[in-house]
Amino acid sequence: MNIQASQTVKGKDRYRSGVMEYRKMGYWEPDYTPKDTDVIALFRITPQDGVDEIEAAAAVAGESSTATWTVVWTDRLTATEKYRAKAYRVDPVPNAPGQFFAYIAYDLDLFEPGSIANLSASIIGNVFGFKPLKALRLEDMRFPVAYVKTFQGPATGIVVERERLDKFGRPLLGATVKPKLGLSGRNYGRVVYEALKGGLDFTKDDENINSQPFMHWRDRFLYCTEAVNKAQAATGEIKGTYLNITAGTMEDMYERAEFARDLGSTIVMIDLVIGYTAIQSMAKWARRNDMILHLHRAGHGTYTRQKSHGVSFRVIAKWMRLAGVDHIHAGTVVGKLEGDPATTLGYYDILREDHNPLRLDRGIYFEQHWASMNKVMPVASGGIHAGQMHQLLHLFGDDVVLQFGGGTIGHPGGIQAGATANRVALEAMVFARNAGRDYEREGPTILAEAAKTCTPLRQALDTWGEVSFNYASTDQLDYIATPSVA
Amino acid sequence: MRITQGCFSFLPDLTDDQILTQVQYCLEQGWAVNLEYTDDPHPRNTYWEMWGLPMFDLKDAKGVLIELTKCRELHGDKYIRLSGFDSSHGCESIRISFIVNRPANEDGFRLERVEGRGRQQHYATRSYSLDRPEGTRYA
Repeated sequence: MNIQASQTVKGKDRYRSGVMEYRKMGYWEPDYTPKDTDVIALFRITPQDGVDEIEAAAAVAGESSTATWTVVWTDRLTATEKYRAKAYRVDPVPNAPGQFFAYIAYDLDLFEPGSIANLSASIIGNVFGFKPLKALRLEDMRFPVAYVKTFQGPATGIVVERERLDKFGRPLLGATVKPKLGLSGRNYGRVVYEALKGGLDFTKDDENINSQPFMHWRDRFLYCTEAVNKAQAATGEIKGTYLNITAGTMEDMYERAEFARDLGSTIVMIDLVIGYTAIQSMAKWARRNDMILHLHRAGHGTYTRQKSHGVSFRVIAKWMRLAGVDHIHAGTVVGKLEGDPATTLGYYDILREDHNPLRLDRGIYFEQHWASMNKVMPVASGGIHAGQMHQLLHLFGDDVVLQFGGGTIGHPGGIQAGATANRVALEAMVFARNAGRDYEREGPTILAEAAKTCTPLRQALDTWGEVSFNYASTDQLDYIATPSVA
Repeated sequence: MRITQGCFSFLPDLTDDQILTQVQYCLEQGWAVNLEYTDDPHPRNTYWEMWGLPMFDLKDAKGVLIELTKCRELHGDKYIRLSGFDSSHGCESIRISFIVNRPANEDGFRLERVEGRGRQQHYATRSYSLDRPEGTRYA
């Protein structure tokens, strides 16, 4: 028997009481052609032994749309064929026995406009605990333009962020204040001032800096505001610090956001763990209050990192663009945190392009039109340093925030020197690229040349020049293998 | 004091030959090069004075240097910045911007503080040069 053939039961027999295989209930429709207005999801399914992949795919379609475990007559009170999600294609995953890619189409009417909470409750709601599957991973989604247009999108967007900051032609530079816990407000502001005056554009609270006994949030906001304004006057350049407004309740978050606004901050920050609805609320607040909204992806590694089960970060990137954040941490490739090069570049494409063509070599499984939705600035943060500037510029181009926390604050000459080293390295590399030099190959030479007139850069290269984090990625492409970058 | 606006302020001042390489890059990207000058480089002063229109139809990068030379003759005691404008959909904004002329002495900015409620301070950044009349600043 060809297990891929349609076996949908029609008419009266379809609604006889009892249990029926999902494939027979209309959740496996191999002849279905997805409509332009359908939402499409791609799942990696690992069926339990003895469950064939078609039944497993149909079950995922069923459990993420209309089905329950048994036939119900009340389906007949609805236009049920429209509301059933339809698995329409199942492919074996290359070089992964027992795993399959299942393509499932959902009618647009299944989703509330402009709600990531509703979308995710459908697509990753019950189905991830479904017993007939050993594991399940949401790999990618395609959103119809009609659905994209129901979201606000990024509060500010890359273009307006640059105009507001008056910074063009190069990646932005940031640093996370370290140590991430324990500094008093007064000491914390010192780090901010030194780093900004030394040449960074932004400093940043870490994900778990909220309001703790060693530093309550108002103290931090007040001292950071002084630091930002002093650095701005000292350099004649716009500066910012991401004030983390994450808190236990929305009321507290609004209070912190409003205080940041009243102090004149250009940017506030939230953590992914506050939840999709809270993120969308803050995105709307940010749009109303001329604020850039930075998102730290705290917690994502719990469900994005392992290939067999969870949600791919490319899906989170798409959801967050719709939800409306302006910045999101999206990986460094060369730093200390997880990130296959091609897969990471796929995330950057999702955040920064108006149109994503299908590109299996970057892990993008669907063509996606963004319909002029604002772009999200990716943030590369975690274990990067000035000696990698040529690689970072080559990988990510100009529209990215490069964050050197340890690489700024750990500089032997102090924080200002660390900031200056990073800024000089960056400007020298951008200049060399624009001047037509083969900067990727000549990177170390270009940095050494710049270091001749910049002692802080010389010290940075001497300290970290050889540091690399060269481990194999756990989340590599399925269709084209890529080596990890040294 | 050295104002660090623009994308090359941390490098030694660019020579004309170096400026030429960046203009060539702008032209290759299809961006229109624009020159602007000011004697009020406040970080929130968006609209510097335009030195003519953006050079939309320029083919030879050297043309910018001719204009820059003329601009320096009249405004050499002020800040001059060069920018590249990308009119393509999805950008329609500036893609690169850097300072190509500075006054001999940069006055910098004073940070003014006004006491507010609680321990709040309200800050204002004020150019020292603004104490002198327009046109004579930096002269």
